[in-house]
Amino acid sequence: MILYDYILSASCYQVRLMAALLGQPLTTRAVNFHPAKEHKSPEMLKLNPKGTLPVLQDGDLVLTESAEILRYLTRDTPDWRGQDEVWLSFAAALNGSIGTARLHDILSYDADIDAVRRAGVQHLRQLEAHLVEQRFDGMIFLTGHTPTIADIACFPTTALAPDGGVSLDVYPSIRLWMRAIRSLPGFIEMPGIHRLHELEAAP
Amino acid sequence: MREAVDDHWYPVGLLSGLEDTRKTLLLGREIAVGRNGAGVFVRDAAGRALPTVARFGHLWTSPGQPTRDLFTIPEADTPGRQLVDVGSVRVKCSPLRAVENFLDIAHFPFVHTDILGAEPHTEVERYQVDIREEVDEVWATEVKFFQPQAARSAEGGIKTEYMYRVPAPTCAVLYKTCPPRPGEWDVITLFVQPLTEEWCEVWPWMALYDDQSTMAEMVSFQQMIFMQDRSILENQIPRKLPLDPGMEVPTQADMTSVAYRRWLKRIGYTYGAQLVAA
Repeated sequence: MILYDYILSASCYQVRLMAALLGQPLTTRAVNFHPAKEHKSPEMLKLNPKGTLPVLQDGDLVLTESAEILRYLTRDTPDWRGQDEVWLSFAAALNGSIGTARLHDILSYDADIDAVRRAGVQHLRQLEAHLVEQRFDGMIFLTGHTPTIADIACFPTTALAPDGGVSLDVYPSIRLWMRAIRSLPGFIEMPGIHRLHELEAAP
Repeated sequence: MREAVDDHWYPVGLLSGLEDTRKTLLLGREIAVGRNGAGVFVRDAAGRALPTVARFGHLWTSPGQPTRDLFTIPEADTPGRQLVDVGSVRVKCSPLRAVENFLDIAHFPFVHTDILGAEPHTEVERYQVDIREEVDEVWATEVKFFQPQAARSAEGGIKTEYMYRVPAPTCAVLYKTCPPRPGEWDVITLFVQPLTEEWCEVWPWMALYDDQSTMAEMVSFQQMIFMQDRSILENQIPRKLPLDPGMEVPTQADMTSVAYRRWLKRIGYTYGAQLVAA
């Protein structure tokens, strides 16, 4: 399996993280998304006419939607599937709000920055409210006691919110949820999302 | 006579990326950067053409009257190197803080874990720092540090040797042991465009000996490293770089930073700096 990858892309990280958590080997091919716009190169457009990343290639199969890729990777692991449809589209909405703010702040993308940050805060409040309900029911993840592709789809953009000037300080349930994901065996980091450093015992 | 803040050269774009006119800020003032039939140009808000230099893959300009040519990096001119346009990343921090962070080694094991450093190899050995009066630059030499993966081309941990050079207030050059070519130095730079005193656009650039990695891999490696620093830079307090000793207590490992701050104060470069002790 080959992932056409950009190191700073939250959507590419979704795929790297999912494969790592499943212990599936993944070959990454770095694409010079910034500054060279290689995802729009003739070679890449032949593979994916939309000119977007990530692109997953497995033999003759080429997948270009993050949600599709997550479903494909977990096709034989039902534990990772749940009531995730609604959260996969929520992840796309997060990408449009917080993800856009991040691209604006880091790579100077055009955006109505106040509007996307405001929408991002709305999304985070919805996520927080849902996770609070889950916790009242004794669950830590979005759809149950164990993580599913819903969590992996929503986690990267959420965790990278501060990159786009949106603070996560005021969402304790989101923070706990992120901690639970970072604690999963096989977890890998990306720039802006740090691994969990071991906590020292209190003195 | 010393140059004023306006009289220095600043990077404002990649030569390879100047298709459309780009509006940006330099020292808090709007400028337009682009390319037309006559070549590359930079104009201020009044439409006045500013001087330009094309060097190290970037376009440089100065809003004042530069008295010196932009610095050179002779090592980067040796043949066979890959010249890597890393692109830019915007950071909400003082341009001087971005440079200072680049000069620091002690954070490697904690921020660039398992790449540029790893616990328990956290010790920074004693090294040499000078302010070289004849060229008006800050230099740190004989810097040695254990690195698990010093570059894209490095396999396994090596003791890496470095030299750091600050040739201009918002630019730093790192010379680093070159894994495939012992005896040569890889050149890694950080060119910082001060947008305002607390906001900057950072343009890393590299001249490396590396036959194994693709250009995309080298770009990706350096963007990964820089983005690991970004959130830390955005959370440093005070926002501006303090030039006078105050609440911060430097250690042996901070000698380069101490020299950099002292030099900035000496040359009167105070844009993005805080002069009253914190």
